[in-house]
Amino acid sequence: MSAPYPQLVRAGFRRYASYRQAAFAGLTANVVFGFLRAAVLVAVLAQQGTVAGYDIPTAVTYVWLGQGLLSVVQLWPELEFSKRIRSGDVVIDLGRPWDLTAAMLATDLGRAGHAMVVRFIPPMLLGIVFFPFRWPQRPVTWLLFLVSIVLAVVVSFTIRFMLSATAFWMLDAHGVLSVWGAVSGIVVGLIVPLAWFPQWAQAVLAWTPFPAIMQSPIDVFTERGDVVALLGHAAIWSVLLFAACKLMLRAGAKKLVVQGG
Amino acid sequence: MADRVYQRIVASRLRGRLAYPTSFVLDVLGQAIGQMIELIVILVLFTTVSSLGGFRPDEVMLIYGMASIAFGLAHVTAGQVEQLPEYIRTGEFDVMLLRPLNTLAQVLTADVELRRLGRLLVGACVMAWAVGHVDVEWTPLHVLIAVLAPIFGALILGSIWVATNAISFWLVDAREFANAFTYGSNFSTAYPITMFGPWLRGFMCFAVPSAFVAYFPTLALLDRPDPLGLPEALRYASPLAAAAAILVAGLIWRSGIRHYQGTGS
Repeated sequence: MSAPYPQLVRAGFRRYASYRQAAFAGLTANVVFGFLRAAVLVAVLAQQGTVAGYDIPTAVTYVWLGQGLLSVVQLWPELEFSKRIRSGDVVIDLGRPWDLTAAMLATDLGRAGHAMVVRFIPPMLLGIVFFPFRWPQRPVTWLLFLVSIVLAVVVSFTIRFMLSATAFWMLDAHGVLSVWGAVSGIVVGLIVPLAWFPQWAQAVLAWTPFPAIMQSPIDVFTERGDVVALLGHAAIWSVLLFAACKLMLRAGAKKLVVQGG
Repeated sequence: MADRVYQRIVASRLRGRLAYPTSFVLDVLGQAIGQMIELIVILVLFTTVSSLGGFRPDEVMLIYGMASIAFGLAHVTAGQVEQLPEYIRTGEFDVMLLRPLNTLAQVLTADVELRRLGRLLVGACVMAWAVGHVDVEWTPLHVLIAVLAPIFGALILGSIWVATNAISFWLVDAREFANAFTYGSNFSTAYPITMFGPWLRGFMCFAVPSAFVAYFPTLALLDRPDPLGLPEALRYASPLAAAAAILVAGLIWRSGIRHYQGTGS
């Protein structure tokens, strides 16, 4: 019997393909926020020329990549998994002949693939048409960019997974989720380029997995910084966090009590 | 009679919310941090420039504070309308249609999320700081503007919540569409509109009247000419903008209800 994971990737892709109006609504949000964010950064750079190596085209590219990638990496967890934990349905998932963490990651990669087509490309096209855009100088950057996106999805998935899995221990994970919902945009580098932050804040964030979710793919595309270091950072965190997810799930599963017989 | 009903509904929702104090405190904190994101952005931007759109840090803080109070008020009172897609999907909205009460009022009081006050709290702190630092002559008129502006601002933003979320009567799962305008206004009202290009500015003055939430009232407080040369009357026009916004939101909501056919299940 072959592993179910490739099929799960396809299923994840198809599942999200059925929500067309929701995709359109989300796209509107990305575009409006893209215009506003770009306007703010451009207004600053018009006075200042460059800030931390960002000129206007780089900053604009940063904004549109960020808006496009937002729904690809998906910062905020869907409530489905934590609900299944709370209701006990997760037992069914655990009993299936698969590795649950890997199966969920496969589905999420499929979701991300769909988002690349529907949610990443349209805002990018708008950015390209309406603003000065910075294209990669080297062809190989395109390939590295794709790799960095895959790693970004993995890192983001593991964080979402662990946030949802807190439901094994906490009756109400609402508070944890709302704090993450509030800070995530800043720490991943969605809202302001991390390079604009004070040195100490950048140093702290470099030790966290967060930049790998957003700032690193954007840096790879705009060819800022050392590609090997960026991808290495993301790869190491992907492996560590994925292992952490599996440990957390194992610990959580021990807490489960199945009633009936 | 009807007033008593809503008083009771709101009071019962509040009691329900306060039953889980720890989660509530974390939630308030989450909302406050959420509101502070834009503040952090503004502070980061000011490490590289000395003015944004021709306004000094204390002046931008005044705009930000005023806008955040207005958004916090609107979020607490009208924010519940963002659950409309959920109410439609589950059929709860059909139940509301059957009750002899106004549908909009029922949606808005379906839950009272006091945690949203976290945003207002941040706005109040920043505005208090800004009031102590800006160069404003506190005449009675200016005091009146400072007090009333967040309220009219809340009416404008609340109308935006209702008008854009009413799109859910036509589109399935249009919540993010509304977010673009509701949370988008929270973002855009925090900055002087001089930072945005002419297209966005026109949109913010007239289509979605978010410039009337904080930017124009701030000009009135600072007693300075509009850098864009817009008519001086605009800075006192927030009540009119609020009235117009409420009217339009009401019309959109009504035609949404008329169009609504249920989910059919």
